[in-house]
Amino acid sequence: MTSTAAVVTLDHISKRYGPPGGPSAVGDLSLTIPAGEICVLVGPSGCGKTTTMKMINRLIEPTGGRITIDGEDVMAIPAVELRRRIGYVIQQVGLFPHLTVGANVAVVPRLLRWPEARIRERVEELLDLVRLEPATYRDRYPAALSGGERQRVGVARALAADPPLMLMDEPFGAVDPILRDRLQNELLRLQARVHKTIVFVTHDVDEAIKMADRIAVLQRGGVLAQYDTPDAILAGPASEFVEHFVGADRGLKRLSLLRVRDLPLNDPLTASVGEPGGDLRRRLEAAGADYALLLDADRRPLGWIGRRDLRDDDSVAADDATPGSPTLQPETTLRDALSTMLGSSVQMGVVVDEREQVLGLLSVDAISDVLRRGASQ
Amino acid sequence: MTPDEPFIRWDWIVANLDDIGERTWEHVLMTVIAVVVGFVISFSLSLLIVRRRRLYGPIIGLSGLLYAIPSLGLFALLIPLTGVTLLTAEVALVSYTLLILVRNIVAGFDGVPRDVLESAVGMGYGPWQLLWRVQLPLALPTIVAGLRIATVTTVGLVAVTALIGQSNLGSLIVQRGIRASFPTAIMVGAFGSVLLGLLADLGFVALQRRLTPWTRARSG
Repeated sequence: MTSTAAVVTLDHISKRYGPPGGPSAVGDLSLTIPAGEICVLVGPSGCGKTTTMKMINRLIEPTGGRITIDGEDVMAIPAVELRRRIGYVIQQVGLFPHLTVGANVAVVPRLLRWPEARIRERVEELLDLVRLEPATYRDRYPAALSGGERQRVGVARALAADPPLMLMDEPFGAVDPILRDRLQNELLRLQARVHKTIVFVTHDVDEAIKMADRIAVLQRGGVLAQYDTPDAILAGPASEFVEHFVGADRGLKRLSLLRVRDLPLNDPLTASVGEPGGDLRRRLEAAGADYALLLDADRRPLGWIGRRDLRDDDSVAADDATPGSPTLQPETTLRDALSTMLGSSVQMGVVVDEREQVLGLLSVDAISDVLRRGASQ
Repeated sequence: MTPDEPFIRWDWIVANLDDIGERTWEHVLMTVIAVVVGFVISFSLSLLIVRRRRLYGPIIGLSGLLYAIPSLGLFALLIPLTGVTLLTAEVALVSYTLLILVRNIVAGFDGVPRDVLESAVGMGYGPWQLLWRVQLPLALPTIVAGLRIATVTTVGLVAVTALIGQSNLGSLIVQRGIRASFPTAIMVGAFGSVLLGLLADLGFVALQRRLTPWTRARSG
């Protein structure tokens, strides 16, 4: 699939209802959304996040300022034509009940008068992309779909004409938490393939943190409180408002953004089965360490051996080792890692690769260091 | 009617099949004209209402007023203007369809879910495309419901126009039946009219089933 993504800039845009000088829904907002990134607009209700999004496809016309998509002023493009170039997904999905799934996905290509053969091919491709078997789903009506299936059709429909920009207005706001989590993951997986510029509106901080490459935190009256990566916002909220909005547990939230592989690991002092006890003790003394990590023949961790347990006249055996360290994968989030480590008897995580060979050690201290250090990027 | 004459004279019906057929055809024609013209006017009025909501009250009020005038009274009002003509009959028949049709068409448009409209506009439907490809199909069940009521009502009212000299199943009742005290003609006219109404109703049900397959799609 050929994919393009657009740069979107909002240049001092504002939206006022009522007479000039009255309160504004959005006031003097400037943002640049880089191509291929998910930019989440987040904030409490009344912060103008949806208004801001709808000004991009001119469902709402700004009172002032300029919005450009790849340098082109949106006000210079006829509204109908502009909207056909932008994918649009809303919370209630808004599938057409009188059209089959296939016809729903084909809506924008039909408006653009693509040849039927190309439309048919595209519908097939998109249903595959959102994991709905085309033969099963193409001829069904929306009424026969589950909530999750409808949401997937909505995303496929928005992607149909391969738009460089997608607007998603609380797309997962109306589904239960388990399904929401799954749909979020699917969208991220999809985005990894299509690399669209996505403007995503939500009021849910956790969703923002999970989905965003960049978060714009808006406060009442459409004022931009902070615009940065999720990690930077959690590590250094720009104001009391942002700090309050992201929540007192922002440290823990940051931990769910970072993964074990993002931290430098400590090299353990390792021992192998069969090594003479005296040799190992001398090595431990030389290193000033109390424990060594015992590995089996395949370099998989067996457990810890204390210096005091070693006898000079005996070699180290597998059952001398005391297990108790949790094993962690490089992909484990720091939040999960911390949780596992706090719950185990030895608060030192052993990081292993997919063949279970030791990569290094991670300590609770190393994790709290990250939080103290502030933003990593 | 002589005392030993049977209530229904089948031989008369058989002998007059051609005439009955012609009256039936005239009845159908008058109904179709009234409903088609009524629908065109109502549809236009409804579009106006959908765009300018303020017009809903006045338009419904006026059609309600027309609807409230007894049919015979309306004929009497119109005859000085348009004479004893088909036009008089149709003006009256059409005016009776307006209230029912406008109400149902507007209700149909109002019933289109907001999220569907929002996503349609957001995806780049122009105003006319929105009307024809989204609003109208989704309003169809309610519109057809209105057409069913309007048509059945009109079939009944067409019979009444026999009183102002129109030829249809009603004139079988009025001229042959009542004036000549001949119950067979009354029965033929009345049953014929009822049958037409029923057939029209069934026709619309079948039409709607064909036009709105999605309303039957619950489980795949």
